[in-house]
Amino acid sequence: MADETRPATSPAEGTSGGDRPERRPPRPGGPAGPGGREGGRKYFRRKKVCKFCVEKIEAINYKDVRLLAQFVAESGKIVPRRLTGVCTPHQRRLSTAIKRARNIALLPFAGRAS
Amino acid sequence: MNRTYELMFIVRPDMTEEDQDKLISTLESAVASSSGNAKSVEKMGKRRLAYAVRGFREGIYVLLTVEGGGGLIHELERRLRVTEPVIKFLTVRIDEEQKRLDKIKKIRESRRKTAPAPAETGGETAAVTA
Repeated sequence: MADETRPATSPAEGTSGGDRPERRPPRPGGPAGPGGREGGRKYFRRKKVCKFCVEKIEAINYKDVRLLAQFVAESGKIVPRRLTGVCTPHQRRLSTAIKRARNIALLPFAGRAS
Repeated sequence: MNRTYELMFIVRPDMTEEDQDKLISTLESAVASSSGNAKSVEKMGKRRLAYAVRGFREGIYVLLTVEGGGGLIHELERRLRVTEPVIKFLTVRIDEEQKRLDKIKKIRESRRKTAPAPAETGGETAAVTA
């Protein structure tokens, strides 16, 4: 009855492009195109998982600078989901928390926290 | 209106301890006069700011948790705005988030021990519909 939106189920879909790089050697001279970005990846890519789902962190608080700083780039930007693997519901809360932390000068808007 | 808010504000780093206490007590009296309830006050101490605010590179953080309606918050924010040593403030409503967290906690707990779950879930659904 309780309409619980399970966040744990979604991160698997986060890497939908992950199984695309199939072997395709016979492709002479075709321009890479939009798909070429994904193809031809040789290194092993680890499956990303949502840190908040795995560690069961539900409270993403703006005061928790240690936690938030892991998802902020050197430049002060919020790191996108495709790089961190955070699932959509958690990324939403995370970005809100980061923005609040910025507002109260716990995190920088741009550049390093000097 | 029993909503719970968190007011975090930064005062200038050269503010004395007693001035801070004075400021906090005036805020608390403002809360009381608006029929609110100041739940807790936490001085988080001096911290480096992530960026310069009004020329200050550090500030003293104070966290105030209050219960009350929007009018109370309006009054408190107005006071903070006119109080000169306060350089920045942020108000966040926390009761709904807290309710969500309690719900998740309850669900997790009832999953952990399935034996006393039936009694547990009864109260839970009541909490959900409420």
